Amino acid sequence: MNSPIDTAAAPEPQRTIDIVNRSLKRRYRAERRFRFYGLAAIVLSLMFLALLFVSIVAKGYSAFWQTSIRLPIVFDPAVIQQDTLVNADYAALVREALFKKFPQVDGRQDKRQLTALMSSGSVYRLRDMVLKDPDLVGRGAEVWLLADDDVDMLIKGHFRRDLPEAERRVSDKQIAWIEQLESEGRLERRFNTTFLSAGDSREPELAGVWGAVSGSFFTLLITLSLSFPIGVAAAVYLEEFARKNRWTDLIEVNINNLAAVPSIVFGLLGLAVFLNFFGLPRSAPLVGGLVLTLMTLPTIIIASRSALKAVPPSIREAALGVGASKMQMVVHHVLPLALPGMLTGTIIGMARALGESAPLLMIGMVAFIVDIPKGFTDSATVLPVQIYLWSDSPERAFVERTSAAIMVLLAFLVVMNAGAIILRKKFERRW
Amino acid sequence: MLTLTRVDETALAGTMTEIHLKAKGGTDAGRPRVSREKRETVGTVTVENPRMVCRNVNVYYGDKQAIKNVSIDIGCNEVLAMIGPSGCGKSTFIRCLNRMNDTIEGCRVTGDILLDGVNIHDKDVDVVPLRAQVGMVFQKPNPFPKSIYENVAYGPRIHGMARDKSELDAMVETSLKKAGLWEEVKDRMDQPGTGLSGGQQQRLCIARTIAVNPEIILMDEPCSALDPIATSVIEDLIFELRSQYSICIVTHSMQQAARVSQRTAYFHLGDLIEVGPTERIFTNPRHELTQDYITGRFG
Repeated sequence: MNSPIDTAAAPEPQRTIDIVNRSLKRRYRAERRFRFYGLAAIVLSLMFLALLFVSIVAKGYSAFWQTSIRLPIVFDPAVIQQDTLVNADYAALVREALFKKFPQVDGRQDKRQLTALMSSGSVYRLRDMVLKDPDLVGRGAEVWLLADDDVDMLIKGHFRRDLPEAERRVSDKQIAWIEQLESEGRLERRFNTTFLSAGDSREPELAGVWGAVSGSFFTLLITLSLSFPIGVAAAVYLEEFARKNRWTDLIEVNINNLAAVPSIVFGLLGLAVFLNFFGLPRSAPLVGGLVLTLMTLPTIIIASRSALKAVPPSIREAALGVGASKMQMVVHHVLPLALPGMLTGTIIGMARALGESAPLLMIGMVAFIVDIPKGFTDSATVLPVQIYLWSDSPERAFVERTSAAIMVLLAFLVVMNAGAIILRKKFERRW
Repeated sequence: MLTLTRVDETALAGTMTEIHLKAKGGTDAGRPRVSREKRETVGTVTVENPRMVCRNVNVYYGDKQAIKNVSIDIGCNEVLAMIGPSGCGKSTFIRCLNRMNDTIEGCRVTGDILLDGVNIHDKDVDVVPLRAQVGMVFQKPNPFPKSIYENVAYGPRIHGMARDKSELDAMVETSLKKAGLWEEVKDRMDQPGTGLSGGQQQRLCIARTIAVNPEIILMDEPCSALDPIATSVIEDLIFELRSQYSICIVTHSMQQAARVSQRTAYFHLGDLIEVGPTERIFTNPRHELTQDYITGRFG
């Protein structure tokens, strides 16, 4: 115990509150600074994201509208014979209609330029019309036919008209004809159903994403139906049943390593094992799905294991305590609680699989495939590969299609994520 | 000192064992206490007609020995309280009695724990029926994140104890009534069990345990997460459950041990130091360590 004299002689001890107050300002400054950094990071990333979306949408939205030309087609019975409805020379009908529309055009050069205004796909449009309604033969009709992609680009303003003719893909004469058609109201931009319903094509106006969407769908279906059950089963076994020893450690390390392996390596593995060894078909969604399964498995296993680890041990003890077997404990209590986390891992893996192109190049899904795949063994391509193929094409019209395909890919992703979130919400429980 | 009213009541209605031990206790009034250095169990570990018999039980976590050579009997329809300072191994010991320690990696149990003449740690003993026979209530209330009904119905359902829905309903109702929770939850059986208050949750866990109709109930500090009112409700419940079940309770609260139990075992650093009728342990401990603990010198 100090006497009163002692305390008077000793220097006044500093009060804690004074020390705290002195550093308080600095602390709050640090906090404000930190909050600002965080906010700046978010704003920056949102800006980049917005920039990305704006540039993709700005470039791609025009692909959803396509220029069509209305021509008075006469289904000349002389050209179309009943017995060869399928093989008739429909191109002649288009040519006839054009020459009748522009009677002043003469000479082979000019005539070729004139017919070049129309897409080569108009032939199929006419054929389909006749096949659907054979009574058309011998009659005339006003038909909207697809214009060539060069015309479309000119209309959309992607080709500059003020360039010297030699540097333009559309000649002065063609521009004059187009302007005449436009003034007559025979030229219109209509919704591009072809883009959403067709497969790939060398002609941009005939190219669509449906083939790639179907290919992606089949590939992801294989991936999901293999990687989710295998991944969850592996995670449950490793986490709940396996003894913790050197073997499980080794397996764990290897799973973590696999998650970091570049995806093209999985493609090489798929090529060597699935195609060359097992002799599965090339370019097939089946093989693509298998390769992507290998790629997504580590992600799903790691996410599922951490979801299982996050289930409180008290729930396990409660189940065991009333006499549940290990299996019942896992199935009745642990899995339902871990499922949201597992679904999150799965959706991350699937999103990566959806956007993956490198491993699929190795197994031939990069081929030019016009047909829309109908099953798991048909030749197919997938959306990211389709985007890659189009971005590599020289035609100007493929630029907007590339962006439009990216929009479709993103929409695909959003739909998939939304589905997963709905599922997750359904299974999410508090404890 | 301690309030021992509850013990006094039970002493009146006492079992054979207690009377026997009490009579013995009367003779040691003048005997000096066993020294702190001694680790042998003091007091009578056996009871007449035991439900569970533990002999020379050792538990190791890896190289570390958590329980050293413990022998004790658990009688029929008695409440056996296990007290002792933290880390003394009482929870470890109680978890051996229904093999919950199996879930802990590197945990090894030696010695005999006999239930119906069978060592429950034998290789061919199935833990599922064992745990149906020896139920457990845990320290933290741990209801399943399911409805109140599902929580109680889970045990009977997995064991196939009910033939139909109405039988299951009846089981759920009796269990909740025994746990003293029925009146509070009968109108909200489909609401999540996790939405109840802490005390109600623990009673729900007790209802879940007794729904399986076990013969022995192990309770690992069932009231440590509860307030005094909820605690006293659970203590009353334990008191009532004694007529049908054998109960082992681990507790940190000496008052609780005094209130609910007939026999008390004092653990110290893995050793069972002293066993005896609760009243005698708290009034006249024979071992100096027990004396130190109950008088609050440490622990």
